Amino acid sequence: MKIGTPKEIFEGENRVAMTPESALQLQKLGYDCAIEAGAGAAAGYSDAAYQGAGVEVIKTATALFKACDVIAKVRPPSEAEAKRLGKGQTLISFFYPSANEKLMELAKSKGANVIAMDMVPRISRAQKMDALSSMANIAGYRAVIEAGSNFGRFFTGQVTAAGKVPPAKVLVVGAGVAGLAAIGTATSLGAITYAFDVRPEVAEQIESMGAEFVFLEFDASELPDGAATGGYAAPSSPAFQEKQLAKFRELAPDIDIVITTALIPNRAAPILWTADMVEAMKPGSVIVDLAAERGGNCELTVADEKIVTKNGVTIVGYTDFPSRMAAQASTLYGNNIRHMMSDLTPEKDGTVNHNMEDDVIRGATVTYQGEITFPPPPPKIQAIAAQPAKPAARQLTPEEKRTAELEAFRAATRSQVGLLVAGGVLMLLIGAYAPASFMQHFIVFALACFIGFQVIWGVSHALHTPLMAITNAISGIIVVGALLQIGSPSWLVVILSFVAVLIASINIVGGFLVTRRMLAMFQKS
Amino acid sequence: MSAGLVSAAYIAASVLFILALGGLSNQESAKRAVWYGIVGMGVAMFATIFGPGVSNMFLILVAIAGGAVAGTYVAGKVQMTEMPQLVAALHSFVGLAAVFIGLNADVMLSTVNDLKASGISLQDADLTGFGEKLWKKDAVEIAILKVEVFLGIFIGAVTFTGSVVAFGKLAGKIDGKPTKLPGGHMLNAGALTACIILGLMYFSGSGVWTMVLVTLIAGFIGWHLIMGIGGADMPVVVSMLNSYSGWAAAAIGFTLGNDLLIVTGALVGSSGAILSYIMCKAMNRKFVNVILGGFGGTQGPAMDIEGEMVAIEAEGVAAALNDADSVIIVPGYGMAVAQAQQSVSELVRKLRAQGKTVRFGIHPVAGRLPGHMNVLLAEARVPYDIVLEMDEINDDFPSTDVAIVIGSNDIVNPAAQDDPNSPIAGMPVLEVWKAKQVFVSKRGQGTGYSGIENPLFFKENTRMFYGDAKASLDKLMPMID
Repeated sequence: MKIGTPKEIFEGENRVAMTPESALQLQKLGYDCAIEAGAGAAAGYSDAAYQGAGVEVIKTATALFKACDVIAKVRPPSEAEAKRLGKGQTLISFFYPSANEKLMELAKSKGANVIAMDMVPRISRAQKMDALSSMANIAGYRAVIEAGSNFGRFFTGQVTAAGKVPPAKVLVVGAGVAGLAAIGTATSLGAITYAFDVRPEVAEQIESMGAEFVFLEFDASELPDGAATGGYAAPSSPAFQEKQLAKFRELAPDIDIVITTALIPNRAAPILWTADMVEAMKPGSVIVDLAAERGGNCELTVADEKIVTKNGVTIVGYTDFPSRMAAQASTLYGNNIRHMMSDLTPEKDGTVNHNMEDDVIRGATVTYQGEITFPPPPPKIQAIAAQPAKPAARQLTPEEKRTAELEAFRAATRSQVGLLVAGGVLMLLIGAYAPASFMQHFIVFALACFIGFQVIWGVSHALHTPLMAITNAISGIIVVGALLQIGSPSWLVVILSFVAVLIASINIVGGFLVTRRMLAMFQKS
Repeated sequence: MSAGLVSAAYIAASVLFILALGGLSNQESAKRAVWYGIVGMGVAMFATIFGPGVSNMFLILVAIAGGAVAGTYVAGKVQMTEMPQLVAALHSFVGLAAVFIGLNADVMLSTVNDLKASGISLQDADLTGFGEKLWKKDAVEIAILKVEVFLGIFIGAVTFTGSVVAFGKLAGKIDGKPTKLPGGHMLNAGALTACIILGLMYFSGSGVWTMVLVTLIAGFIGWHLIMGIGGADMPVVVSMLNSYSGWAAAAIGFTLGNDLLIVTGALVGSSGAILSYIMCKAMNRKFVNVILGGFGGTQGPAMDIEGEMVAIEAEGVAAALNDADSVIIVPGYGMAVAQAQQSVSELVRKLRAQGKTVRFGIHPVAGRLPGHMNVLLAEARVPYDIVLEMDEINDDFPSTDVAIVIGSNDIVNPAAQDDPNSPIAGMPVLEVWKAKQVFVSKRGQGTGYSGIENPLFFKENTRMFYGDAKASLDKLMPMID
């Protein structure tokens, strides 16, 4: 079968879905590859380079659509392109099915099988074809570079002969793939980086990238569980949002560069950086809004444009960051496509096996054999293990604490008094019947038990074996009993006590000596 | 020596014993504490021997000398890995002595009663020590005495045979697997009932034969009870027997009206009880459940384990150790079996010489005796300040480069935390899997003593270093530089 990639017709789109490198890999899967003339030019791949990799160069898009069984693209097809699709033909591209229902209908009516790269489920096995992540990674990197080119100062602090330069302070809002990439880039340029996310579980990832997590004091139980939403953020409660905005307001005057990446699946981007925050920022500061396509996280963002506010803050609202790094983006996207193809070609025989039982393929397929198969059923494997129920770590108010303590104290008192009363009654009962001589010994016994419990709790765990050996030795004190009996006139008693003295002496001597031997071995370094 | 002086000596001895136990709170004061114990014992024995009512000096000296020689020989010869056996053996001696003294008390009681009945006066009867005391007892006191004799003999006999079985199991002379006679605990319950009936007969005047029978039946209970407990539960068993030997001594103390015996018995008894409690808590199990044998039944299918065990050779371990900055070693019974403590110590010395942080994490039930691992490592000259308890070190695993598990299994099993169906669910464990890399030194792929599958071995950051622990470590040693 033949895989073909047309030239992207969306204006300003520089990426291409197939690179000479990925074409070689596709050929290994048994496919023939074709490309429209000039498709890779904007990303830096000449037709000659494709020809060198064994790719057939086809003059027009129409011819390409006719000649190929599989079409790989970056952007969703235009109406004209979709009309060119034929029955049984497979299209692989970004598709955004929930926003493009008409297009989906069109593809269905043409009988084409459409695989949407943006619908690849987020499970470990599918990471290699997760184009959203690979593009987000580029966007995060590029956002920092873009911010840097609009920012008049160094990222890193320097002490030069000419004077001291403070480091730039960068705030990254939203620590998804793009956010983490931005954090990594900003810290490696030397900036002091702060990051925020509504999902507290990503704090560790943020810190591992070298940024400081901006903590909100908030009741954790009200936060959404990231696992339920496939690892994406979910909308947060109004109370939480208020706290979050207050925190940002507090940070705004200090921050030089803000990079916002907060997106919630299938919703407009939340406004996180309001006009008054922009006003509070220093002149020369830069905001890069990666959510511009969906309305922007910053209130003043204008999509696809760079604006400068009255107080001199630059707001970058580009929506084509990956396309601005077309060579890198094409390589990664080409690889994503190639991995998708290799999953579609388990036999490596150059024919597509569109297996609708496969979680990944099923999830990404939006039309199949004249049917719309969107939205997909939930995947059989959860992307992220559900979080174990968190223990109720609710912060108690001082009053509640006091009552709880009082309650615990009362309960302890009750049980202690109960025990004492029960013990006292038992003692009285024994005392009522037992003779005085017994009671005297009993007092000694009871007190000795108490002392024993008090003393033994203090023994270090490391010394439990010596403790057993020394208790062995002192329990040899039973020899005293035998000594008192050995003087008896009865020969039987004499023999038995003789043996008892003998073995008790073994205990005493053996026990003490072995304890000493052990204790002498314990040495400090 | 007058009775007053003897009492004074007993008080001194009791205080010294308490100080001896209290001194074990840390390693340095413990070295002094053991002398308190020795002096206390010396004072007590001296006062008793030269006190009123003791004769047959020659026999006493022979017995003590014989015991001292045997004790010295045993204490000098025992290997540190054999400590559990030795402790169990010594418990059995206390139990046996308690049985003998209890039987003696009864024999002497009937002699005294005969003499009393024959109308002879106390002076003419020529009784010594204990006999005189018996003479003066009234009817109620004698009834109580009989209860005490019964308890002393019963506990003593259970301790004796139980300790013998524990000794056999720990020394490998008896199969470590739990075995029970048909009837199981019903048999024990029946035997216990028989003992109580015999005891009641004894109180109402039946002769010494009842006590001999009680000795035999209680002996059976001790034997059968400990036979039914598996090798992995031995720390609890040994602590429990330690406790029993104390209670037996205390019961004999009541019989003889001797406060020193009562105090010492109570100290030892509570010490053993606390050790048993600590061990049970460390395994998250009920004491009764351990003693009656077996895990508390399976609660459902165990979690499926994903992944596979990946083996590694000495070169790989050495490379990781050379790169690591911090290492935690978790030893278990397997280290004792392989006698690998010297090799471990040598490895630690080498790693520490390179400036790496090396520490040990000790689980309370590692080994076959409370604190067993500490003693073994001390013997191999590992400084005790790098040997830490579970609670002290558990939080440090995430910041540790390499964790080495040597011959331990259940105490590092993540199923205790993750799998509510696991037989050891809820048991506190050392969280080695949180270290960046884990090496498990193990003889083969088996599941170990308790037969519980260990998901740790299947984790992504775990590598299995198969082979005898000592041989593996010796192979590793020259590659550390």
